[in-house]
Amino acid sequence: MSHPILAAYDLKKSYGRGPNRFDALKGVTLEIFAGESVAIVGKSGSGKSTLMHLLALLDKPSTGTVELGGSDTATLKGKRLNETRNKTFGFVFQQFFLTPGASVLENVVLPLKIAGIGSRSRKVRGHAALDRLELGDKAKSKANALSGGQKQRAVIARALVNDPRIIFADEPTGNLDSATGAIVEDILFGLNREQGITLIIVTHDEDLAARCDRRVYIRDGLVVTEEARVAA
Amino acid sequence: MRAIDVVGSAIGNSFRSRLRTTLTVLAIFIGAFTLTITNGLGTGINAYITDTVAAIGANDVLTVTKVSADATTTGPQEYSPDQITSGGGAAGGAAGRTTVAAITPADLTTIAAIDGVTSVQPSLSVTPDYVTTGSSKKYRLGLGSFVTGTTLQLSAGAQLDPDSSELQIALPVSFVEPLGFASDADAIGTTVQIGITSASGTQSVIDATVVGVSEAGLGATGNATANTALTTALYDVQSVGRSATAKDSYAQAVVHFDQNASASEVTALQGRFTAAGFTARTVADQIGTFKSVIDAIVLVLNAFAVIALLAASFGIVNTLLMSVQERTREIGLMKAMGMGAGRIFGLFSIEAAFIGFLGSAIGAGIAMIVGTVVSTALSGALFANLPGLTLIAFTPGSIIAIILIVMGIAFLAGTLPAWRAARQDPIESLRYE
Repeated sequence: MSHPILAAYDLKKSYGRGPNRFDALKGVTLEIFAGESVAIVGKSGSGKSTLMHLLALLDKPSTGTVELGGSDTATLKGKRLNETRNKTFGFVFQQFFLTPGASVLENVVLPLKIAGIGSRSRKVRGHAALDRLELGDKAKSKANALSGGQKQRAVIARALVNDPRIIFADEPTGNLDSATGAIVEDILFGLNREQGITLIIVTHDEDLAARCDRRVYIRDGLVVTEEARVAA
Repeated sequence: MRAIDVVGSAIGNSFRSRLRTTLTVLAIFIGAFTLTITNGLGTGINAYITDTVAAIGANDVLTVTKVSADATTTGPQEYSPDQITSGGGAAGGAAGRTTVAAITPADLTTIAAIDGVTSVQPSLSVTPDYVTTGSSKKYRLGLGSFVTGTTLQLSAGAQLDPDSSELQIALPVSFVEPLGFASDADAIGTTVQIGITSASGTQSVIDATVVGVSEAGLGATGNATANTALTTALYDVQSVGRSATAKDSYAQAVVHFDQNASASEVTALQGRFTAAGFTARTVADQIGTFKSVIDAIVLVLNAFAVIALLAASFGIVNTLLMSVQERTREIGLMKAMGMGAGRIFGLFSIEAAFIGFLGSAIGAGIAMIVGTVVSTALSGALFANLPGLTLIAFTPGSIIAIILIVMGIAFLAGTLPAWRAARQDPIESLRYE
């Protein structure tokens, strides 16, 4: 655990100007190491989503730096930034964001398509990812024919398909009943344990946060407490 | 994303909202259909005119008239005994009647001396009275003289031989039946009698051999055509009783020039004629009027088609803006996953171009079918007396050009929505509910 895989140093982010200025983040420092599972916990409006967007390189901080694998990401621009995001990160969103009319397989291989991988290789890797999430038989179904839990599994398959080092999960169980949610949680933590994929979960769900190695509490744009899981 | 995947996804996306795409395609279809038909109309009519150019006159020929001294004044012209009134007649020449000065043997020498002239012949104006086979009734006959290099559109027989001493005539197809021939081919080789009255008032008959039957066309409107030997023979008979000066005065002369002369060389040659006091007109000049009228009409029709296409292009803008709105989250997701703005732009603008392609290909295809059916039907009925006329003709080049132009318009229409999609902020898009 020499270098953190992803680190934020004194991140500040504000929107608007003058009297309308709103400081979403007021100086957040955070180091995440490879293979960790980290929960970013906070109420809505606390700045946790903004922090995730900055860490996932979807947005630029007003001041402060985000380092990926030890190098400053501010230098990444255009094509290289897109490639980095495509190869390094997987995304799981509460809203699923599946294209309803397209097949499950087509949805899952979207990151590979964006990466410019050929159609045959896409198919093989897409099926492999679906098989891992036990959705192999649903590959040809339309995405909107799936149940909520199946949809979220398809979304995880999509996040996994390009072998990312880090998966960002924004309220991954928010739209699921507790039983289905528990299954999805098991899958995510299984991936973290077995494949060493770094997991960054943004949530306000204390139970989910409790399963992570580390919890970072955010309030009003600042880290209020950081606690490691009590070793069982 | 690979280019092929961008194109594939764009085409796939355009079928996602079928009804909307169909309606947009329909709007473009109407524009493309109209454009194809109007273009085909221009192509067909102009091709027909070009074909009939050969019947009106050869490419290496100038029709020369002498400028009357006061030809440039407006208002009534002063009478001069030297003037000859020439009416349209022979080579489809001037419209209406224009008064020109007579061309004398001295003028012919002047013309022959002009740089670039290879030969000069006076064109003899003959007005025979009638034609008959001897057993048939006598029919009034208009006669045009045959200019070397002209190609008649024949339904039977052979072209006239300008160098032959045989007295040859090509009859228009409308004379075949009245003269009692069973068919066009039946008339070939027979001898007909042409009656002509001389200046002194005596009527004589000259025998001529029918070598061809010419089809009616723009160039030869119901006139028979005589070869040089027959024209000369008739002219001699007609001129009996006229003074030598009167006989040797001609309304116009036919000048041949180098067949390989370029357009600018021909213009220069015409300039030299003007300087020498003559008016020299090429076949292209005579036909140019027809063509520019047709072109102007086609241009106006095309303008209407383009207006239809412009209206349709706003349909594309509308359709794609709705698509961008609908796919906001999808676009945000793709951007989050590392898809570049350029590719997003490509995705939507190619979708627009594809919609344009669908509309124009279907429009052009159906226009070709409808155009062919209509022009076949019309050429058998309304235009039966203009054989060889394909009212609506299509060339592969113009069809491809129409499809490309429509695709270009569609692509341009797609740039606004595509640009909107490309600059969407992924975070905003993903927040969009």
